[in-house]
This record gives sequence, structure tokens and C-alpha cells, in this order.
Amino acid sequence: MALLEATNLSISFGGLKAVDNFNIKIEKGQLYGLIGPNGAGKTTIFNLLTGVYKPTEGQATLDGTVITGKKTIDINKAGVARTFQNIRLFKQMSVLDNVKVGLHNHYKYSTIEGILKLPSYFKKEKEMDEKAMSLLKVFDLDGEADYLSSNLPYGKQRKLEIARALATNPKLLLLDEPAAGMNPHETAELMDTIRFVRDEFDMTILLIEHDMRLVAGICEELTVLNFGQVLCQGETSQVLNNPQVITAYLGE
Amino acid sequence: MKTKSRRLGKNTKNDLITYGIVIAAFVVAEVMQATGSMSSLLRGLLVPLCMYSILAVSLNLTVGVLGELSLGHAGFMCIGAYASSIFSVCTRETITEVWIRFPLAILVGGIFAAIFGFLIGIPVLRLKGDYLAIVTLAFGEIIKNILGSVYVGYDANGVYVSLESESSLAMGADGTLLINGPLGLSDVPLDANFIIATVLLLLTLFVVLNFMNSRSGRAVMSIRDNRIAAESVGINITKYKLIAFTLSAFFAGIAGVLYSHNLGYLAAKSSNFGYNQSIMILVFVVLGGIGKMRGSVIAACILTALPELLRELNDYRMLIYAIALIIMMIATASPKANAFWEAHSLKKFISAKKENKPAKEVQ
Ligand SMILES: Nc1ncnc2c1ncn2[C@@H]1O[C@H](COP(=O)(O)OP(=O)(O)O)[C@@H](O)[C@H]1O
Ligand SMILES: [Mg+2]
Repeated sequence: MALLEATNLSISFGGLKAVDNFNIKIEKGQLYGLIGPNGAGKTTIFNLLTGVYKPTEGQATLDGTVITGKKTIDINKAGVARTFQNIRLFKQMSVLDNVKVGLHNHYKYSTIEGILKLPSYFKKEKEMDEKAMSLLKVFDLDGEADYLSSNLPYGKQRKLEIARALATNPKLLLLDEPAAGMNPHETAELMDTIRFVRDEFDMTILLIEHDMRLVAGICEELTVLNFGQVLCQGETSQVLNNPQVITAYLGE
Repeated sequence: MKTKSRRLGKNTKNDLITYGIVIAAFVVAEVMQATGSMSSLLRGLLVPLCMYSILAVSLNLTVGVLGELSLGHAGFMCIGAYASSIFSVCTRETITEVWIRFPLAILVGGIFAAIFGFLIGIPVLRLKGDYLAIVTLAFGEIIKNILGSVYVGYDANGVYVSLESESSLAMGADGTLLINGPLGLSDVPLDANFIIATVLLLLTLFVVLNFMNSRSGRAVMSIRDNRIAAESVGINITKYKLIAFTLSAFFAGIAGVLYSHNLGYLAAKSSNFGYNQSIMILVFVVLGGIGKMRGSVIAACILTALPELLRELNDYRMLIYAIALIIMMIATASPKANAFWEAHSLKKFISAKKENKPAKEVQ
């Protein structure tokens, strides 16, 4: 059974069919790419998969259970975590605290225990700190743990968002244009990091990206979206050589 | 993991400095009182200073930590004052020990205010946008107007409530009037004093600061910074907003307890529980620094004491007050000033003193 399966997923805003009959199957451990021109509906698909929008038609299942229609926080608890195209960090909080918010549902103590600073507070906080630091290390952010997250350079903010998403211990990680705004060097580094995350955490990753080198370099399968509809789906090399795709998206 | 413990230590140290300032101010005030060098004017201000500090810190929890604007903080204070005063008046004969009665009154005042905070929060905090400001503003005014005009009495047959007049209560001959309309409660036991008020301020700071450094506090701040992202990592938005707002109302209620038990009477008016008061508390919060609890205490104390202490200067009073406001605004809100405080912090000063050798430029 596929880890993520969407069938006939559709949503319209007013008269606009932003996503129309979207189908996808992603197996566990896959690195899957979602590409298409601006306004094709890629981010909207992420919003459908994470409960920000409810589909007008169709459904999506994670590990066999339906997730569409559920609330965002329940979908996250079920195992879907994401990053955002327009970075959404907790700006006035430290880099470390951003990740610790991601750990919220995995290291628990009550509000009262926290206010009274009971032993459980110190124990769990220490565990959270260690876990958060180890995640930051993966993204080479451990040196900036105490920084205000908004003071990080752009590329590192994107990495921090991934670290925060991973902290929720997801089965499926959705990355919305993770390389946007990065220079070629940072992008190359990010590719290694994404591969590392997949291998190290046994993660399944669906990513939206415009950087074709990144997509061609790390994605095993691709779906091309155009005007809300699937244009082409399949193995990366085949999709990128598809004449339809070349005219609609890649070629000039 | 060095970074971690260092960070935890930094927060703790900062909080300890805040407690230290409050305790130091308390000791100074006590010494001044003991040596007779404190004017009666200032002596009368001691409990109100603590009260306004508690109000500012608790409102800062809503405004600075939760990131919601509340314009009805005085309403929660009003509820705390009335609930606790009724409790104290009714139990004055049965619980004669002040050290039992007053802590109970504090709890009653805090809990009643918290219940109202919770009930208002349920519908309003679910909404996205600035609804809380509008609803709390209305709430504060309604509470003040109702409690400022209600007549409550009781006799052997039960409790009577009327909004018209004492006589319309139609109590039996044995009836006792509890709340006398606009005249309120005329005889609240004077259970509050400077020591208790200081302890309550420290308690408020302790709870609020620890809350901010805890898992729940982080959840609340994450909602403030980015609601959508907080949801995406599994934070229960409504739950944590409600916790913060209820806690904020609880301490406003406690400030209300101090208010009536310090004055000895209680009557809801525009001047004590109206929206002017709520705005005043908001001014303390904004000038002291949004999200900065120590700043709230300092701003509340300066802005409460200053107009009183300047009374003798009559003509120049408001001028000096206005200048003080502007200076505080510049000192706390401008980025340049923030950078200045960072660069000239006490810690830097001390560590610079320690390393009094020529600075090593390289590395
Ligand atoms: N909440 C919304 N309301 C109205 N239109 C929307 C909304 N969200 C997305 N759209 C529209 O849906 C289309 C797809 O947008 P999006 O998914 O963001 O594209 P992209 O593929 O660039 O990520 C766009 O035309 C956009 O304007
Ligand atoms: Mg997009």
C-alpha cells in the first residue's frame, strides 16, 4: 500500500478550478517531486493534504487512513509535516525554540508542572534540548541555536523550517520550494541534506521545486501540474524528456 | 549540549534579576518606613504600585505573549474585587483569622475573574482578527456598569438582586444589604498590606515567567508568531490561547482583590474599572516593552508614582509626565535604543571590568 494516495482531489475557488482531479501514489521512502509553472496549484495541493483547505471532491489517505477533511493539527499528529513557500518561522523565538515547538506533542509535561518547575519539567526540557540540538546539527544550525530565528540568513531559515517539521516526527514530509532564494552552493548542500534526511530518518518526501537541477538530481518520480491538472506523471528522466512537459514548462 | 544549559541558565538568571529588583525595592521601602523617611503620600502608594504592576504583568501575558489586544483588563479586576469583597464581608465573622480569610479571598477573586476570562475566551479566541479587543472593551464596560448599579441583599429566605433600588429588594426585617448600588460595598476588611501585595507581585511574576519558559508558553508564543505554522506542527490553538487568556484574567482578578482590601470599600466607577483604566494598564505594557515583564513592573511603578509625586509641582505636572512618557517610549521601543541596551547591558559592563587587560583583537 502506498504511504500517500490521493484520488480525484479537487478544489475550486469561486469559478477557478485550482486543483482538478489530482491523483498521486507515493511509496514509503520515496523522494517525489511536484513541479509546474507558477499558479499551477502545487501549494494548493499541500494545503489540501495538510487540512488548510477542504477538498470539494476526492480524498487523500495516509497509510490507509483518510486525512482529507481532518483538522491541520490532527493531520500533523497522523504524520504529515510541511514547510511553507513563504517562510513561516516563529520569528520572535530562538532557533532552538522553533524546533522545540515542533517537539511539542512528543515530550509532554503539563502547564502546572511547567509553572512550578517540577522535576518532570527539567527532565523533559533536557530531553527536548538534546533532541532539538541533534536535529539542528543535521542542518548545521547548532551553532546558531540561541539566535532569534528571524536573524538567520534566508537559506538557513528554510533549513530551520525543515528541522522544525522533522521535529514533529512525521511519516511524510512536504517541502514547498525548499531551495527558493538559495544560491547554487546552498542548493547543492540542500540536496545532500534532503537525501540524508530521507536515508537517516527513513522519510518519505514530497517536494515542490522550480530548480530543475535539484529536481533532476534527487527526485525519483515526478508529477507535472499545469492549470490544476496533471500533465504528466512518472519516472524523473522520462517526465523531463516528455515533449508536452518541455513545451508547457521547461522549454521556451 | 553546552548551548542548552547555557540558554536555560540565561532565562533563569534574567528572571532572578527581576525578582531581585522587586525584593530590593521592597526592602528599601521598608527601611524608609522604619526610619520615618517616607512621606504619607508615598506610603499610601505602596499597595497600588504592586497592584498596577500585577495588572501590567498580567495584561502583558495577553498582549505580549499571546499577541492579542485586550481592552477590558479592568473588567477582570472589577470582578476579582467584587467576588473577593463579598467573600470577605460574608466570612468576616466566621473566619476571624486574617491569614486564612485573605488568602481565600485572593483565590476567590482570582478564580472568578479566571472563569469570566475563560467564558469570554471560548467564543472570541476562536475568531481570527481583532475581535478580542472589541469584545473585551464591551465586556469591561458592561461589568463595570452592572456591578456599579446592582443592589444585592440577603435574609433568612435567600439572596435578592435588583438593579433599581434597595427597597425593591423587598427583604425581610432581618435582611442585610450586601451591595448598595452605586455605593457598592462600604465596609471591606482592610486585609491587604504592602508585604502581601509584594508577595502577590512576586507570585504573579513567578507564574508568568515560568509559564513563558515552559512548553505551554512556547506553544502560546508560536501561535502569536505564526498561527498557521503553529497548527502545522500540531499546536492546539484554542487550548493554548485559552490557557494564556485565563491566566491573564486570574491575575487581574487578584489585583482587584488588592484594590478593595486596601481601600476598605468598593464601588465600581469609570475612574477605577472603566476603559480609561484598561487603557492605562495597556500604556504601562506598551511603554514597559511588549512581552517584557520586568519592563511592565518598572513602567507601572514610574507612571503610577510620578503623577502623585509631582502633585506639588502643579502647573508642570502634566508636562513632566508627558516628557517621562516620551522618554520611556524612546527607551523601550526604538530599535536604536534596544541596540544601546544590548551593548551597554550590566552583564557586558561587568565582564568588561573583569577583563580589564587590553582586549585581544584577533580571534
Ligand atoms: N485561498 C485561495 N483563494 C482563491 N484563490 C486561491 C487560493 N489559494 C490559491 N488560489 C489560486 O489557486 C491557484 C493555484 O495557486 P498555488 O497553489 O499557490 O500555485 P503554485 O503552483 O504556484 O503553488 C492560483 O491561481 C491561486 O491564485
Ligand atoms: Mg506555490
